[in-house]
Amino acid sequence: MGFFDAFFDIFTSDSTYLAGALFAAFLLFAATGEWVAERAGTINISVEGMLLSGAFTSAVGYHLTQSAVVALLAGICGGLIVALVQAEMSHRLSADQFVVGLTLNILVLGLTGFLDREIAPKTKIVSTWEIPLLSDLPLIGQALFGQPWPFYLLYILVPATAWMVYRTRFGLEVRAAGENPQSADVSGIDVNKRRRQAIYYAGFTSGLGGAFLILVQIGQFEDSIVGGRGFIAIAAVIFGGWTIRGTIAGCILFAGALSFRLSIQGLGYQLNSELLQSLPFLVTIIGMAFFAHRVRPPAALAQPFVRGLK
Amino acid sequence: MTTVAKPATDEKRASRARQSARLAEWLVLYLLSILGAILISALLVTATGGDWQSVVGALFDGSVRNPGRWGATLGAAAPLLLVALGTVISARAGLVNIGQEGQLAIGAAFATYFGFLIGGPGSVNIVVLLAFGAVGGALWAGVAALLRFWRGVPEVLSTLLLVAVAGQAVAYGLRWQGLLLAPAADRGNRNQVSEQLGTDRRLPVQTIFGNSYPISVYLSVLAAVIVAFLLARSIWGFRLKMLGRNPRAAQHSGVSQNRYGSAALMLGGAFAGLAGAAMLAGGGFAFGNFQLVPGFSANIGWTGLLVALVARERALICIPVALVFAALRTGSGFVSSTGVEGRITDVIQGLLVLALLVPPAVMFVRDRRRARAATTART
Repeated sequence: MGFFDAFFDIFTSDSTYLAGALFAAFLLFAATGEWVAERAGTINISVEGMLLSGAFTSAVGYHLTQSAVVALLAGICGGLIVALVQAEMSHRLSADQFVVGLTLNILVLGLTGFLDREIAPKTKIVSTWEIPLLSDLPLIGQALFGQPWPFYLLYILVPATAWMVYRTRFGLEVRAAGENPQSADVSGIDVNKRRRQAIYYAGFTSGLGGAFLILVQIGQFEDSIVGGRGFIAIAAVIFGGWTIRGTIAGCILFAGALSFRLSIQGLGYQLNSELLQSLPFLVTIIGMAFFAHRVRPPAALAQPFVRGLK
Repeated sequence: MTTVAKPATDEKRASRARQSARLAEWLVLYLLSILGAILISALLVTATGGDWQSVVGALFDGSVRNPGRWGATLGAAAPLLLVALGTVISARAGLVNIGQEGQLAIGAAFATYFGFLIGGPGSVNIVVLLAFGAVGGALWAGVAALLRFWRGVPEVLSTLLLVAVAGQAVAYGLRWQGLLLAPAADRGNRNQVSEQLGTDRRLPVQTIFGNSYPISVYLSVLAAVIVAFLLARSIWGFRLKMLGRNPRAAQHSGVSQNRYGSAALMLGGAFAGLAGAAMLAGGGFAFGNFQLVPGFSANIGWTGLLVALVARERALICIPVALVFAALRTGSGFVSSTGVEGRITDVIQGLLVLALLVPPAVMFVRDRRRARAATTART
């Protein structure tokens, strides 16, 4: 009995992997879009607001129609609304992207809290699809292949996003807008348009992430349901050095910290609750302290582009 | 002579006309966007079955009209202003510090801990308490500064993540009697609460026409004037500005990014911590009972940050903006009596901030377009 026993228990229990996969999936939905936005040159801190807004609209969508598909689409719309405001204000009107993002986060927090009391949408977790054979794998089988069906969207979304960014003309233009907007502009790319589109994409995936939170992970909308995990998704992108593989690794690491908190209590071990609560954030900060300076950010990250200046 | 003078006056008249046209444009833009924000808020209230006139009435009652309320509004404006000033300083150096909420909580915790540790005569206690609040906030921001300038972690993210950690750290401190927790006898039926500050450790209170407020109100206004002066008129302020506008040029002319950047970030944290200490020692009005509890910061950090953003990083403009936001805050308690959810004030606040971001951005784009049109016309 001791520290190592506890670790052994945690690493051999199915529930750890099950909870970890859910947290990782949620982070990954947000981080995938955030990654695209950052490759285009925006640190999109309104991803928190996009997740929250997507979660709320998807809860309302489910409440009205009892259909998970409609809820997913509603979640996408919720994410896109926030993305639209962020993109138009920061890359058409050239307001400061952090200021806009922060304001949007606070606005969405207030708005969803207000509307939640008025509407109080009722939702539940959707049915599980077990993938035959694969879900029988030990430890990770249930975690990766025995989840409610919106989980599997990730298996399409992430490779499709990687293909889009690395293998298409659009992706090249997005990356050019983030690396060297002046040259991109000269070669005929509408830099701010590409950046706006990248933010819309972040809104799209974060909206899905919000819907995932409602339909798969928690099952009921609550006030400030996202609770800062959008920021952890941003940290995962930075931790991953602005590559998709690194981002996935970051999401898995930070999700491990998030699910550790649950599983250590589930297995009956006692640890200081404040430490456990702040563990994901501490792991994120420490992870970034070790890796943030080893990676190279997109050269024009967080720099607004105005033609003729600079 | 007359032939020379005439075009000159024409030029002058034209430039004056241009200027007043610009001013009118600014005013119209601001009016339109504020009106838009108010309209959307009113629509929201009406759509959810409320009555917007009674909401406005309640807001005014709670913030100004009812007896003693404008004193409460002033008391709430003081920490908002302090937080905003710190934000202005770090923003001037081009650093995006958005962790004031956590820095404020740590500042309040430091003030609690050292406020009880150190015993001195009367007013010394108060000064020490405020000073340690500032130190606590500065140290917490210092973590972010260290991560930024030593390990290359963007301060946007580290300050933000540290907010969550700060809240838990304070809650942890409130579990141990050696740290922040009050002795069992003073706790009553609550389990996470600090000892109450003695009367010799509280900020003096001023009462005018039945409205009372702590003197932190005067302190914060004084701080605003000092910060405005230092940023506009001192070499140090100029260096910060240089760092913010062009870090590479600043580095070449001998302004160390590490030193000045860290100083700006930590000073920002110090102001947030000071606000926390002032809330603790000012107490009574909107911020509890001269004792630390979990969740003590009560969104003052976030709102103070918004104040600085709306004031567009000018210290003196922060004063009226802080008053408006404090009024929304003190008014919000009265809104729920009209049957409308009190959180509508959060929405109004967010919409207002968003609306106030629009005019400068629109003007910037229009100016660029005009300048480009002028250059193409000339060539």
